[in-house]
Amino acid sequence: MAQMTMVQAITDALRTEMQNDENVLVFGEDVGNNGGVFRATEGLQKEFGEDRVFDTPLAESGIGGLAIGLGLQGFRPVAEIQFFGFVYEVMDSISGQMARMRFRSGGSLNSPVTIRSPFGGGVHTPEMHADSLEGLMASQPGLKVVIPSTPYDAKGLLISSIRDNDPVIFLEHLKLYRSGRQEVPEESYTIPLGKADVKREGTDLTIIAYGAMVQESLKAAEELEKEDFSVEVIDLRTIQPLDIETLVASVEKTGRAMVVQEAQKQAGIAANIVAELMDRTILSLEAPVLRVTAPDSIFPFSQAEQVWLPNSKDIVETAKKVLTF
Amino acid sequence: MAAKKSKQFQPVETLHAIEEKFEMVQILNEEGEIVNEEADPKLSDEDLQELMRRMVYTRILDQRSISLNRQGRLGFYAPTAGQEASQLASHFALTKDDFILPGYRDVPQLIWHGWPLHQAFLFSRGHFMGNQMEKGLNILPPQIIIGAQFIQAAGVALGFQKRKKEAVAVTYTGDGGSSQGDFYEGINFAGSFRSPAIFIVQNNQFAISTPRELQTSAKTIAQKAVAAGIPGVLVDGMDPLAVYAVTRDARERAIKGEGPTLIETLCYRYGPHTMAGDDPTRYRTSDTDSEWEKKDPLIRFRKYLEAKGLWNEEKENEVIEQAKDEIKAAIKKADSAPKQTVTNMLEIMYEEVPFNVQEQLDIYKAKESK
Repeated sequence: MAQMTMVQAITDALRTEMQNDENVLVFGEDVGNNGGVFRATEGLQKEFGEDRVFDTPLAESGIGGLAIGLGLQGFRPVAEIQFFGFVYEVMDSISGQMARMRFRSGGSLNSPVTIRSPFGGGVHTPEMHADSLEGLMASQPGLKVVIPSTPYDAKGLLISSIRDNDPVIFLEHLKLYRSGRQEVPEESYTIPLGKADVKREGTDLTIIAYGAMVQESLKAAEELEKEDFSVEVIDLRTIQPLDIETLVASVEKTGRAMVVQEAQKQAGIAANIVAELMDRTILSLEAPVLRVTAPDSIFPFSQAEQVWLPNSKDIVETAKKVLTF
Repeated sequence: MAAKKSKQFQPVETLHAIEEKFEMVQILNEEGEIVNEEADPKLSDEDLQELMRRMVYTRILDQRSISLNRQGRLGFYAPTAGQEASQLASHFALTKDDFILPGYRDVPQLIWHGWPLHQAFLFSRGHFMGNQMEKGLNILPPQIIIGAQFIQAAGVALGFQKRKKEAVAVTYTGDGGSSQGDFYEGINFAGSFRSPAIFIVQNNQFAISTPRELQTSAKTIAQKAVAAGIPGVLVDGMDPLAVYAVTRDARERAIKGEGPTLIETLCYRYGPHTMAGDDPTRYRTSDTDSEWEKKDPLIRFRKYLEAKGLWNEEKENEVIEQAKDEIKAAIKKADSAPKQTVTNMLEIMYEEVPFNVQEQLDIYKAKESK
């Protein structure tokens, strides 16, 4: 088994699935000869040819529309939006078009599109490159939203996303691209969408997180262990639909829960999880379900990220409130 | 030292020179006479009659749809009278393998491509069964977002190209649609990939109430093709022979691998924008209406065919009666569609039902079975 970074695991997932299914096409801005600005499509054009891996003109809306049209012709388009902050340019194609294709055709047509896109703070990008906009996607019926936190998960989840017959937004956290290596099988494997992963078992508190906040939550759990708190950490992996069963089972066991997201507090994901837990676990709860999030300002540029992004200290602080309520 | 004037680039003159090249193609004039013998597509007698039949049928369908809407028996409807040549003669150049990505006024092309009439009525009523497309029927439901279909057409066309299929993607919008970014992205993407697509702008002079002059400083919409590096054609959209000929040529180029074409058809909608309260007297005069009515595609085509001995009142009445009967039957069929439920809607959201949808399905199923 090879040691891979997350970005290498993503390239490997694309390669594996392109070998498996000749209908898989990879396209976007600079994904061909250049291999993508983060090298996520490195070597794919050379291996599979310009017919299957190709650069498009620079227009995100065009890329979205192209994906829909190719999907109608039986292809499995994997379109890259160079940075997810550019998603506003392609919002109609995603939320207005591919998300509704099945519904507006009475179930007779579909959009088997995967949109891959990097996002996430901590690497000092310019404005509109790092914003956590998964809440926009998760609130649109018809879409699925996937955010891996490890190289192994990235490969298995990306292959599942490509094989899914509904549109999937697959978001790749910039800080996780090269932050660590993990053993990743060379063969094809899938991780089902909508299934969370219990990263660490515990009995006193459930921390629900995704993306880069999984690592921060694990760090926080270790800190809390020093004070004899046993913390369970769950990586959602799929943001929409939620793995509600796993969340409920954990909260029923621990009786206390909190949700951690890198996005602003008003951005939705954590709020929705809190509401779902209220609906289902109220009689198990010993304390309010609190949230750790970024503040409700615009995502700041570059250096200001350090004071703005939630981190393990924030998580420990909030965890103690929940644990001692 | 001042540069020599003769060597300077002349941007204004260049623009004018380009714009002058975009002359309107006309083959059949308002009197029903061939004015461009060389360009005459020389359709067979049967084809000429069939095209006339479709235009007459569609005019009746438009009239009946308007009155059914007024009676509350149809929902959303965008009138088509005046645009029969633009819609049906362009469609006449296609085959069933070609894929149509329509705007919301383009119901007639979909029907002649094989969309059953009762389904078009169900779509108008907002019934989910209206847009259930039979396998092999190469159409999308009418698009509501202006211009969104243009970029999707580039995708369908690229798909044909990759599959090496002898087929084209054909998409329609209006003069207002040509101002959208998606319009340019569509023609530019298809141009860049040299994909087999035909982009048709039915310039019916008004985007709801906004006149064509306010959409763009460009003298023609056809010339916007130049910016994408693809051929553009300005055609008399009230002339069925001209619309047919330029679409046929565009299709031939596309099939040969020569890439997409932008076609602007100059036409007019006699009716309101839609049946949802638009009042055209607020933005256009009856003088303009009657000027365009003189150019009517059915009148000139009827004259042309009558002169050739291919059409008469009896034939016309036959089509009218057939249209009325079929519309009546289709409405009856639409009426028999089952009442819609929330369950129906939740069931067509995803292939695999996620937990939140399943939970709501269970609730609504229980409610609906009471």
